[in-house]
Amino acid sequence: MRSRPAIAATLALGGCSGAQTPLAPVADQAGSQYHLLLLMLWVCGVMYLLVIGFLIIGLWRARGRHAAAPPPLLEPADDRLRRLLAVWAAVVVIGLLVLAGGSFLVERSLALAQANESLRIRVTAHQYWWRIAYRDPASGRWVETANELHLPVARTARIELGSADVIHSFWVPNISGKMDVIPGRANAIDLTPRRLGWFRGQCAEFCGPQHAHMGFDVKVETSAAFDAWLAAQARPAAAPRDAEQARGMEVVTREQCAMCHTVRGTAAIGRNGPDLTHIGSRHSIAAGTLTMTRAHLQGWIAQPQAIKPGTMMPTVTLSPADANAAAAYLESLK
Amino acid sequence: MTDDVIAERARHDRLLAAWRDPQGLWGFLTTVDHKRIAARYVVTTMFLLFLAGMLALDMRLQLSAPDVHRMTPQLYDESFALHGSTMLFLVSVPVMEAMAIWLVPLMLGQRNLAFPRLAAFSYWLYLGGVLMLWVPHLLDVTPDLGWFEYPPLSGPAYSPGHRADVWAQMITFTEVAALAASVNIVATILKLRPPGMTLAKMPLFLWAMLVASLMTIFGLPAVMLATSMLISDRLVSTNFFSPAGGGDVLLFQHIWWFFGHPEVYIIFIPAVGFVSSIVETFSRRPIFGHAAMVLSMLAIGVLAFGLWVHHMFAVGLPRLGNDFYTAASLTIALPAGVQIFCWIATMVGGRPRLSVPMLWVVGFVVTFVIGGLSGVMTASAPLDLQLTDTYFVVAHFHYVLVGGAIFPLLGAFCYWFPKATGRLMSKRLGATAFVLIFGGFNIGFFPMHILGLWGMPRRIYTYGPEMGWGALNLLATVGAAISIAGGIVFVVDAWRSFRSGQPAGDDPWGGSTLEWASTSPPPPFNFDYTPAIDSLTPMWTGELVAYDGLGIDKRELLVTSVADAEPLYRQNSVGPSIWPLIASLGVAVLFVGSIFTPWAIVWGAIPVAIALTFWFWPTRDRATTGPFRKRSS
Repeated sequence: MRSRPAIAATLALGGCSGAQTPLAPVADQAGSQYHLLLLMLWVCGVMYLLVIGFLIIGLWRARGRHAAAPPPLLEPADDRLRRLLAVWAAVVVIGLLVLAGGSFLVERSLALAQANESLRIRVTAHQYWWRIAYRDPASGRWVETANELHLPVARTARIELGSADVIHSFWVPNISGKMDVIPGRANAIDLTPRRLGWFRGQCAEFCGPQHAHMGFDVKVETSAAFDAWLAAQARPAAAPRDAEQARGMEVVTREQCAMCHTVRGTAAIGRNGPDLTHIGSRHSIAAGTLTMTRAHLQGWIAQPQAIKPGTMMPTVTLSPADANAAAAYLESLK
Repeated sequence: MTDDVIAERARHDRLLAAWRDPQGLWGFLTTVDHKRIAARYVVTTMFLLFLAGMLALDMRLQLSAPDVHRMTPQLYDESFALHGSTMLFLVSVPVMEAMAIWLVPLMLGQRNLAFPRLAAFSYWLYLGGVLMLWVPHLLDVTPDLGWFEYPPLSGPAYSPGHRADVWAQMITFTEVAALAASVNIVATILKLRPPGMTLAKMPLFLWAMLVASLMTIFGLPAVMLATSMLISDRLVSTNFFSPAGGGDVLLFQHIWWFFGHPEVYIIFIPAVGFVSSIVETFSRRPIFGHAAMVLSMLAIGVLAFGLWVHHMFAVGLPRLGNDFYTAASLTIALPAGVQIFCWIATMVGGRPRLSVPMLWVVGFVVTFVIGGLSGVMTASAPLDLQLTDTYFVVAHFHYVLVGGAIFPLLGAFCYWFPKATGRLMSKRLGATAFVLIFGGFNIGFFPMHILGLWGMPRRIYTYGPEMGWGALNLLATVGAAISIAGGIVFVVDAWRSFRSGQPAGDDPWGGSTLEWASTSPPPPFNFDYTPAIDSLTPMWTGELVAYDGLGIDKRELLVTSVADAEPLYRQNSVGPSIWPLIASLGVAVLFVGSIFTPWAIVWGAIPVAIALTFWFWPTRDRATTGPFRKRSS
């Protein structure tokens, strides 16, 4: 199991970003799945070489025979091949037993992690974004954010998965395998990250035209940083600091935006779309589609259907000045 | 001597008069000749294979680089739905049945299938399924949710309109057609074997078709149940799959995959038959381990029904239960491994020649074993959580289905082409097509394993440049294009050879089984006399014993006992009839109408009942020739 560098070199993670791959595990769950993958690659690789070796012997027998068909061999001497078949069957059985045993042990380790969970996070999948809710330890209330999951390092978080519409699948490959999010079912998945950093997750079950743009960011941070982040998220939205932001606040809370979005501490209390209270603090917008910049916010507000055709966010007619102001205000919501 | 020849020719002419189809269009519409029906099936499936390949190339161009906008998400979704549904329901399963419909009577030394009109009915209904999917496509009512349309996305709330209905009824059409074909094949193999062909002396091809057809009979009702329940949910709000109405969305997945996993083997097992036939003939020896091969096929046929949950490891079922399905799924690698061994052992212990069909067999082994091993990986419940719904799985099932079924199918096409047309295919073009298709396929699909491990999910219409998936996707697109170029070479070769290939003679390869005893192409009645056999390779073990006594001036078949193939009696075989076509038109009205109103099932039943009444109208003619006996000469 010490071949991690070798395999990483083989698959190279070449052009891969490394933030969304089971080949660079940073958590207990993905780690055990990665080791199982290596075991599988070894066993299956050996099996494949055996088959191809045998095939090459067969092809070697064919060399030089291109002319007419030779007379058939009606009673070939097969004793050696029969013995070889028995050996081959035994090799296959042993290989399968090894893989079944390894698979069982990893499955057991995934099930056992439930024992020491200490943090519960509610994730609700929507067409095409993720509602994420934490219990605020200070007030006991649920605090909502969207498309950005923060996890404290070296603690087990239990993600309670719910769907608002169709089937989705929750997947952060560096941290763990998938768990489907199924309407009418209460699924949960345990995550025990061990390394700090930003990672990426993505919906893995086809859920409609914008399935491709249903990503989310995952930040694994120290316990202290996590606590500070959660305390900040629990606070109501910052007040506007200049006239443009004030105009933006006016637009967001008085126009159609407020029908679907919440900005805590203002009149916007819609529940259909993501909570925007601290949107400015997030890594990306539109479920991992665009990075968080003023320009992207502006574009997204003006042309959501051009960026993500089929998104539930409608095109709202705003004057360019109002759209700019709304973007300025949202960016300020750190 | 000359008197004998004249008598033989007169006999041949009388047989021809009894078995010939009417001329022209009427003959085309009424024929019950298994070879003509199968040829239609093959041509239709090959055309659809081409269309599905074009869809694949279109999707590959969309994915060849990050943030490509040549397709809208809706168009991309329609493309993969159409590609998958066409390949699974309209190409892979029907083409295997077509090969059986063409070859089984010939390999049995029989004059037709057990139920000739049912075969005609099966094709017409299958064609209905084809039109059900592709005509709405022309009208922009294309299904857009993939080849398995999970509710609630496919339910009434999230899929208004008729896209999902079109998909569900396309399945009903093709599955009724497949059941009709399978019942026919099973009855033919069990009851119409030639004297001497006991179950123990039955060639592997026939075993493969028997097992696959039995699996079809057990597996396909499940998918019809699933799609019928979906249609009921959509049409009359039965709420089978709606949690708000007390239903369960997972119920659909269970029923679907109870069919869906055996489906893979329904496609693969006939390929086992093709490969066995090709390997035997070109290795110049009986296949190694006949009994082991038969047992392996039976084992796969049974096990395949016990591992559907491995498509559902991520839905959150109890983990101990998942381990059971992991074990069951891994077990299937043993019979599959034995089969691979037996084919290679046949080559090692024989005098193999690398003709074009044999190239396809080599390509099959090299490719299919990769698919089998990646299947072992996805069979492991905890590892599958990382692999499922990624491009790793896309690579896996294409290695299994293309490598495991389409490659053997193309090999089988080249192998039996001379028998069907009386002409040889070009060796050079055949080898070129093989190299392009095999090479292009592996360049196209191998990188997808890595893309999956780099976190690329299935069914996304685009991806950002920051994900780093661009280069391998470009490589995959190049591979797909090479493969399709190879497909064009293959079709050109087949067309040229059909028009002007070298005459093949009756037995160009020195084949081992009975179909090579007929002329190329075979006459409508296949054989002048009924052959009797006493070995697994009757064409190799001396003179064939022929039986006489089947009707000459009327259509008759020889019925034998199930286990020992003892001659039992002569059975009248029906002639051309228009009623299968009319019956399938009635069924089509019923199926299509039921998308719009449940009353269509009531009113549509009336024309179907009328057509079936005429179809089964009894006739009372009796045999006119003498007793059944071994030929004296």
